[in-house]
Amino acid sequence: MTKVTMTVNGKTVSGEVEGRTLLVSFLRETLHLTGTHVGCDTSQCGACVVHVNGKAVKSCALFAQEAADADVRTIEGMANADGSLSVIQQAFQDHHGLQCGFCTPGMVMSTAALLAENPKPTETEVRHYLEGNLCRCTGYHNIVKAVLAASGQDMDQIAAE
Amino acid sequence: MYSFDFLRPTTLAEAAEALARDEALALGGGQTLIPTLKQRLASPSVLVSLGAIAEMKGICRNDAGQICIGGGTTHATVAAELAESYPAMAALAGQIGDPAVRNRGTIGGSLANNDPAACYPAGVLGSKSLIVTNTREIAVDDFFQGMFTTDLESGEIITEVRVAVPDRANYQKFVQPASRFAMVGVFVAQYSDGVRVAVTGASQDGVFRWTEAEAALSAHFDASALDGLSVAADDLIADLHGSAEYRAHLIKVMTARAVKAA
Ligand SMILES: Cc1cc2nc3c(=O)[nH]c(=O)nc-3n(C[C@H](O)[C@H](O)[C@H](O)COP(=O)(O)OP(=O)(O)OC[C@H]3O[C@@H](n4cnc5c(N)ncnc54)[C@H](O)[C@@H]3O)c2cc1C
Ligand code: FES
Ligand code: FES
Repeated sequence: MTKVTMTVNGKTVSGEVEGRTLLVSFLRETLHLTGTHVGCDTSQCGACVVHVNGKAVKSCALFAQEAADADVRTIEGMANADGSLSVIQQAFQDHHGLQCGFCTPGMVMSTAALLAENPKPTETEVRHYLEGNLCRCTGYHNIVKAVLAASGQDMDQIAAE
Repeated sequence: MYSFDFLRPTTLAEAAEALARDEALALGGGQTLIPTLKQRLASPSVLVSLGAIAEMKGICRNDAGQICIGGGTTHATVAAELAESYPAMAALAGQIGDPAVRNRGTIGGSLANNDPAACYPAGVLGSKSLIVTNTREIAVDDFFQGMFTTDLESGEIITEVRVAVPDRANYQKFVQPASRFAMVGVFVAQYSDGVRVAVTGASQDGVFRWTEAEAALSAHFDASALDGLSVAADDLIADLHGSAEYRAHLIKVMTARAVKAA
């Protein structure tokens, strides 16, 4: 076992890991941050997306030791300081961007990464960026609406299909 | 996943030494290798991460005007940093998988893996490229040796890929929607002394150059130059996504699109 230390949602944390311990296992099982989900474990679904040094990555496809000394952000770090939902989270709620909610942590983290790179994406850009996040419930349309709303764009512009 | 020792050297020399150990394996971005380890299709005793080796990351231009891409450079970095100097290669990198895959996956890992449906093999074979390792330089035409097989020796590390920038180029990818890999992908590049056409996703032997199309396009760089040509379906991949004949047809269609868009 090896000791790793990293910053998770602004706090310095450390724990003992094996070489094969994935970042998602460290987050869920060692830190008990179970908001990050494992949907497939084959790097296809994006439910496990977190930010490592500001970049969206699949935490099921990264060893915990690769994130040593990194700055990690998970869904638990997304709400506002007073505990209210962030703009992105609120938009998902307002626009019915979730049903069962299983994919939502990854969707929110990918959306945050998208809007950091591209604050006013087009609908096509949103759909392209979220290609690695699968949702079995919503049919995506309301997720796209939520992302566009979170970016502060006029919802009336978006044609209802 | 079986257990293994995990090493994270910070220099190439330390990595090369670690990889000389028995049953040692290099870890690039892990986007292919970690799923493989989970399926227990690989069982290294030591995994040597290349992720902390600064000298393997980043992009520069050498005196000969070639673009030098560090073997540990991510797809996202290539997509962003080559946007002006080699837009076709940047666009190829920007179409690999999804953003999270592009933030981790590396050019060295993609080339070493030589997946028959991967994008980089087409971009690199379709360009005049040189694969640089910790021990030698390999001409790109000698590098790919069939599906999941390359000229690399065990423990050899791709440290850099050197690419000559063509006058114009384009990559056309027909996406297999479930995996997001290429069902067929064609990279076309026109240099002053000829055209290169590299095809991925289609052949049971992995990436290949379509030499008839290269000759026709070198004589006349226009999609109409492909009119009389066809690709034999004999050695092409056939699976539930498409027959060999379908892929043969797609190769010509995607080549024509790449020529028009170049
Ligand atoms: C959901 C998903 C979608 C994808 N879609 C595409 C796609 O559309 N097109 C595409 O081309 N690829 C795609 N990929 C694959 C992706 O590009 C991988 O990143 C890439 O194939 C492997 O690179 P890596 O750095 O992750 O290597 P790893 O997975 O770490 O390693 C792969 C192999 O290469 C070896 N290796 C790694 N680095 C080096 C090096 N520098 N020198 C020598 N050997 C090395 C390893 O030992 C291992 O055998 C996809 C992957 C996923 C998960
Ligand atoms: S659990 Fe990581 S991509 Fe599905
Ligand atoms: S809301 Fe159920 S998977 Fe997306």
